[in-house]
Amino acid sequence: MTAAPDHRPTFADVSLGERLDKAMPFLLIPILVVLGFFAIGAPSSWLTLTVSGLAMGMMIFIMASGLTLVFGLMDVINFGHGAFVSVGAFVGVSVLIALGDWTGATSLLLNMSAVFLAVVAAMTVTGALGWVFERVIVKPVYGAHLKQILVTVGGLIVIEQLIHVIWGPDEIFINRPEMLKGAITFAGAAMEKYRLLAVGIGAVLFIAMRMILRRTKIGLIVRAGVENGPMVEALGYRLRVVFVGVFIAGSALAGLGGVMWGLYQEVITAGMGERMMVLVFIVAIIGGLGSVEGAFIGALLVGLLQNYVAFLEPKLALVSNIALMTAILMWRPQGMLPVVKAK
Amino acid sequence: MSDPILTLKDVYTDIAQYHILQGVDFEVPRGEVTMLLGRNGVGKTTTLKTIMGQWTAKSGEILYNGQDLKRLPVSARARTGIGFVPEDMGIFSDLTVEENMVLGASSGPLDPKRKEWLLGAFPALGTFWNSEAGNLSGGQKQMLSIARAMAEDRELYLIDEPTKGLAPAIIATMANALRDLKAQGRSILLVEQNFSVAKALGDSAVVMDDGRVIWTGAMAELASNKDLQESLMGLSMEAH
Amino acid sequence: MIVRLISGDTPRSPILTALLLLILICLAGAPFLFEGVRALDTAARICIFILLVAGYDLLLGYTGIVSFAHTMFFGMGAYGVALASTHMGRGFDALLVGTVLGALAAIVLALLIGLFSLRVRAIFFAMITLAVASAVAVLVSQFSDITGGEDGLTYKIPRVLTSANRMGEVMGVKFTGKILNYYLIFFSSLALFLLLLRIVNSPFGRVLQAIRENDFRAEAIGYRVVWYRTAATCLSAATAALAGSLFAIWLRYVGPDTTLSFEIMLDILLMVVIGGMGTMYGAVLGAVLFVLAQTYLQNLMGAASHATEGLPLISELVDPDRWLMWLGILFILSVYFFPTGIVGRLRRQGTT
Repeated sequence: MTAAPDHRPTFADVSLGERLDKAMPFLLIPILVVLGFFAIGAPSSWLTLTVSGLAMGMMIFIMASGLTLVFGLMDVINFGHGAFVSVGAFVGVSVLIALGDWTGATSLLLNMSAVFLAVVAAMTVTGALGWVFERVIVKPVYGAHLKQILVTVGGLIVIEQLIHVIWGPDEIFINRPEMLKGAITFAGAAMEKYRLLAVGIGAVLFIAMRMILRRTKIGLIVRAGVENGPMVEALGYRLRVVFVGVFIAGSALAGLGGVMWGLYQEVITAGMGERMMVLVFIVAIIGGLGSVEGAFIGALLVGLLQNYVAFLEPKLALVSNIALMTAILMWRPQGMLPVVKAK
Repeated sequence: MSDPILTLKDVYTDIAQYHILQGVDFEVPRGEVTMLLGRNGVGKTTTLKTIMGQWTAKSGEILYNGQDLKRLPVSARARTGIGFVPEDMGIFSDLTVEENMVLGASSGPLDPKRKEWLLGAFPALGTFWNSEAGNLSGGQKQMLSIARAMAEDRELYLIDEPTKGLAPAIIATMANALRDLKAQGRSILLVEQNFSVAKALGDSAVVMDDGRVIWTGAMAELASNKDLQESLMGLSMEAH
Repeated sequence: MIVRLISGDTPRSPILTALLLLILICLAGAPFLFEGVRALDTAARICIFILLVAGYDLLLGYTGIVSFAHTMFFGMGAYGVALASTHMGRGFDALLVGTVLGALAAIVLALLIGLFSLRVRAIFFAMITLAVASAVAVLVSQFSDITGGEDGLTYKIPRVLTSANRMGEVMGVKFTGKILNYYLIFFSSLALFLLLLRIVNSPFGRVLQAIRENDFRAEAIGYRVVWYRTAATCLSAATAALAGSLFAIWLRYVGPDTTLSFEIMLDILLMVVIGGMGTMYGAVLGAVLFVLAQTYLQNLMGAASHATEGLPLISELVDPDRWLMWLGILFILSVYFFPTGIVGRLRRQGTT
């Protein structure tokens, strides 16, 4: 130990400005919430809107997380990701309808069991579908963005049409389970129970995802792979296997997002996933393609902003997201938390 | 030289339309440090990457313990027991030093004894154990890259220019660690521009020029013969 | 003379030449060769879609970037004419003003999107165009007092161009303003198509192709890749807007479903890929095949569905509403197996 010569560690001092710069994306959420408070004026409306904005953001995050990781790991951009959202919604809602006795009962246990089974079914089907999709659609076009975009769009069309074949051409209306209907009132603000549940599920998932990415070896491989895939392979890991795993997990999460979004809207259509892709892309871009944390912040920003703006000026709700994207890309052209790419 | 750990036979590698390796032949004797020398751009890095599989050999054989690696993917080559320290170090800068080290042990958890030995060899890594690797200095990153390759016991280490741009004190640390490794009976193929390091560490030397091996022999022989150095590498390396 | 007209870019395949000539003759003589309103309408759609798809090919096939905003630009041209005709009253001046303003607006928006997203990463472009296009579609349906919302706008075009204008009989066919309108569309599309052909065969077009092949190298040689990509985006957008104006003049109606929908975007993608990316002539074959299939094949599928009524799943699968699914499958297969499309196939056959 003493043989090693002593050389001064050269840790650069991190200035306050740099720290602030690093923390800025995380601070944007509270800043937006506070701005919303002053713009809206009425505290109870503000609270209601904040909860629904967070709920919406969490659901978008669940759908976007897989897409952004898949891109980060293998540089694969999947325009068909929305298909998993739709399929998840249809499978989940079918299960809920089949378990009508359970969802109609005034028992929280039965209600939640039905939702749980619906989620499991949806995630299993979309996970399996993701596996097939990866093998059949994505694998032959690794490394070619143009072809990836084209074939995954093709895959999206085919899956959407298959939904029509299986479930018929019409939208399906779905009631939320009995105990998840209605709202609770807190400080004069009505907050829908379902939205609170969505916020809870989203937060738990985000924390779980962070834990997996930070505390497990698989998570380390994924994070290292996003930065420098060839080096991960040179250390002896089969990155392709990991990638397929992430693709399947991401598809299953999109399926979960689909069930949750379906219950949120109380109606599902084959085209819902395609429409959600717009928000998912915005979130992935502003977060920084490949960054799960960026996608999380981006999703919450999009959800909150859309809800605030919808209250203040309904017609501008969707445009607000484009404006947000424009502003953030002007500030950071690679997104808020760009992933470090070797080379 | 009876049982080399690695043998390259007539290896050709193309990168895009360029023929970089044009029939590389040499052996890495077991338990020795083999220096891969030559001017810049003669194909040393490409040789290492071809052994590792990051570039595909167009033809020829890469025999590792008698097994031809040519058809194996990169990760499978690593799992046969080859550690790789690339020229660009390949540090995962978003990950902490610890996380980089944990990833280095690809076949299981990081062995505490081994960790202790490596931290002894590279004390700076212990100091910054929980910091992001991206914040390390160049020399610390290089040490991390080597320590990461050594995080589990591997038979052969391919190391690409570990001393490039480093202070003498750090170079000495690194040389000590490589000597330890050799003392454990491991084999090393080292690309090196710093001739004093090469002289101090190398058992044998392989000199390349223009995509081919032009000389092989004992490091001591090359080190003692200035004319030979001049003719092989165009300049006396002592001047470095 | 003809070779110069097509900028020296000959079809390079006897079968392709024959097909193109056949299409040209059929379109040029459509009012006299085919009977009925539906046939003429189909021919006009084919003309417009050839132009629309050729403009898209400039971007996808020649520059190698994917845009999902092509229908948005198409819609801008269409709404330009519709709004001008609504507010200025029927007249050629309204058509002209609408067309020009629509095209200008499309160019400006394309410039903004291009500078914004192509500067960073070409992959952003596909995602951002998708987002912007969908936002515009939503805006159009929301601001219904201006745009007519989901119902769209119906307006009058100059009387000269309608069937009310009877100009006697030519070759046994009543020559009406509708036919005049058709020829306006036919010749405009033809001229613009030839212009596009000229662009892709110009030095500018060759730089675009160099960028498609290897953007790093193009940049290294000294071409400002962003600038060229953005310029291609603007040109493509302008073409789409002009096609949209023609469409609006032909239909005398615009609405979100006929001009802005994602479905049409998919149609364009299918046409360009199946016809052959980066060939221009592929746009012709793709558009002809697709519009004909859309118009006539669905009847066939209807019949097939009817015939298989006893078989539950089969009859669902061949239901005319499911034809998009078969196109999707065809699309994936063609990207994998015939990335050069029909034109590429025909040309390869010619050389071997």
